[in-house]
Amino acid sequence: MDTIGLLSALPINELVFFINKVVIAGLIIGSIYALGAVGMTLAWGILRFANFAHGDLMTLGAFIAFMLTMAMPGLGAYVGLPTAFVVLPIAMAVTALVTILIDKTFYVPVRKTNPKPITLVIASFGVMLMLQGLIRLFFGTAPRQMYVGSKDIYRIPFAGRDIVITEPQVLLIVFTVVAIVALHLFLTRSRTGKAMRAMSDNADLARISGIGTAHVVRVTWIIAGSLAAAGGTLLAMDVSLKPDLSFNLLLPIVAAIIVGGIGQPYGAIVGGLIVGFTETVAVFNWAILLRPLKPHMPDWLELPANLTFVPTEYKIVVPFVILVAVLIWRPNGIFKGKVL
Amino acid sequence: MRDIHAGYGGANILNGVTIEVEAHEIGVIVGPNGAGKSTTLKALFGLLNVSQGSISFDGKEVTNARPENLVRAGLSFVPQEFNVFPTMSVRENLEMGAYTRRDDFRYLIEKIFEYFPPLRDKHKQPAGELSGGQRQMVAIGRALMMEPKLLLLDEPTAGLSPRYMGEIFERVIAINEAGVGILMVEQNARQALAIAHKGFVLAGGKNSFTDTGQALLDDPEVAESFLGGGTKH
Repeated sequence: MDTIGLLSALPINELVFFINKVVIAGLIIGSIYALGAVGMTLAWGILRFANFAHGDLMTLGAFIAFMLTMAMPGLGAYVGLPTAFVVLPIAMAVTALVTILIDKTFYVPVRKTNPKPITLVIASFGVMLMLQGLIRLFFGTAPRQMYVGSKDIYRIPFAGRDIVITEPQVLLIVFTVVAIVALHLFLTRSRTGKAMRAMSDNADLARISGIGTAHVVRVTWIIAGSLAAAGGTLLAMDVSLKPDLSFNLLLPIVAAIIVGGIGQPYGAIVGGLIVGFTETVAVFNWAILLRPLKPHMPDWLELPANLTFVPTEYKIVVPFVILVAVLIWRPNGIFKGKVL
Repeated sequence: MRDIHAGYGGANILNGVTIEVEAHEIGVIVGPNGAGKSTTLKALFGLLNVSQGSISFDGKEVTNARPENLVRAGLSFVPQEFNVFPTMSVRENLEMGAYTRRDDFRYLIEKIFEYFPPLRDKHKQPAGELSGGQRQMVAIGRALMMEPKLLLLDEPTAGLSPRYMGEIFERVIAINEAGVGILMVEQNARQALAIAHKGFVLAGGKNSFTDTGQALLDDPEVAESFLGGGTKH
């Protein structure tokens, strides 16, 4: 049987619907979670505290990219890419700088007192609220469009139907893959990257080995801040830009980190995809997939129009459930992270 | 170090410890639990505040110096516990020991594999997956990557099987013969003093006896109070 013949044996409509609604959607939101979680887990492992302002660094990065886009809207047309994507490196650099300044201004003075980790977490809550307030103060609360003009939509023909993916979604996936490969090479090949892993493994031993901890901390914030800016901007390009954009991401990101093991960047990537896919599978309407089976079902079995595990409006419950389940059955996460 | 008084912020744990080791010697610190043996090493390595007394190394005053500067000056420290980077490979652990070096240090990694052959086969394995004895080898190897003049070892044989214990002592002697001074704290006092040029018996944060290793082993009073029973010949 040739491929077309095999495919025609499958319910194509439903399969394509599943690819569009679960595979692509899960990949998109999973990539966003992964970009946020990688930076936060690195900082968590090295500085031994959960930086709750991380979500709002994502929003901040997106707003910086938004301002740059508004300042030079025509820029993207020159290279044939969305302007927001072209200015992304600048937004990442600025956000990284802001992250370092936040550390110097708010976290370093606390760290000097040799605090319990929870003290720094509370400090980060303060920074989070401050960032949220500042963003609302300057940009208001209305949603904004990151796109100059309309989004390109790609339709990939698949056995007579179309798999639909938009330009920002393609850019997001490509960027995430490139960023992960680059981060992997950095952490395994470069001297500073290895020192980061060493400090995350055992900070005292890193100091005894003569590793300059201030330098490692700075590089960690640069990576965390720039990846946060990238995640925020790419998400805002896919949906729209709102001041509460990434505050809603914080819980899934923390869930992704715990699933992957605290301080484990690869775990955070896997965790991000797990949380992303679980969410989309949970809110997916399975009735549509079951419809082709209708003729084979007994008559008394009514197929409801809407058959989801979790109603869409309760989506945020999913990462929460994952978080609780992992903490109960595998508190170190799948990649054996730290217990802090 | 002379007449060191130091502690962790509260009451001092060390109340006048004097340790002196010549270059290329093996010094061994023994004593009962709570005598301040490990604390002495930590004070030497700048990990806690020395309130009185002075530490000099290689003719320079290094009291309360920062660990990273001591590493550059030629002092390396192997803590008793948590002395490897568990998720990093054996080779990466060694590379971290050479973090402050800017030269090509691959020949040194080779040298450490010669000291500790089991590490060569496991150089790609995460250090956390190794056995206790092999982890200890990684820890000592990491400390040797800076080619220190003096190596501080805090109970290198703690929790090891007798087979590994003998191997570690053997390696310590070999490292010393290669020209590295050793100052170590040991629970297995009798074996450690047997290889020591100098021995220091601490009790209550003070020197109780100081002599050559052999002389301390032969001293009936030391044997009675610290080595558990009379001298054995």
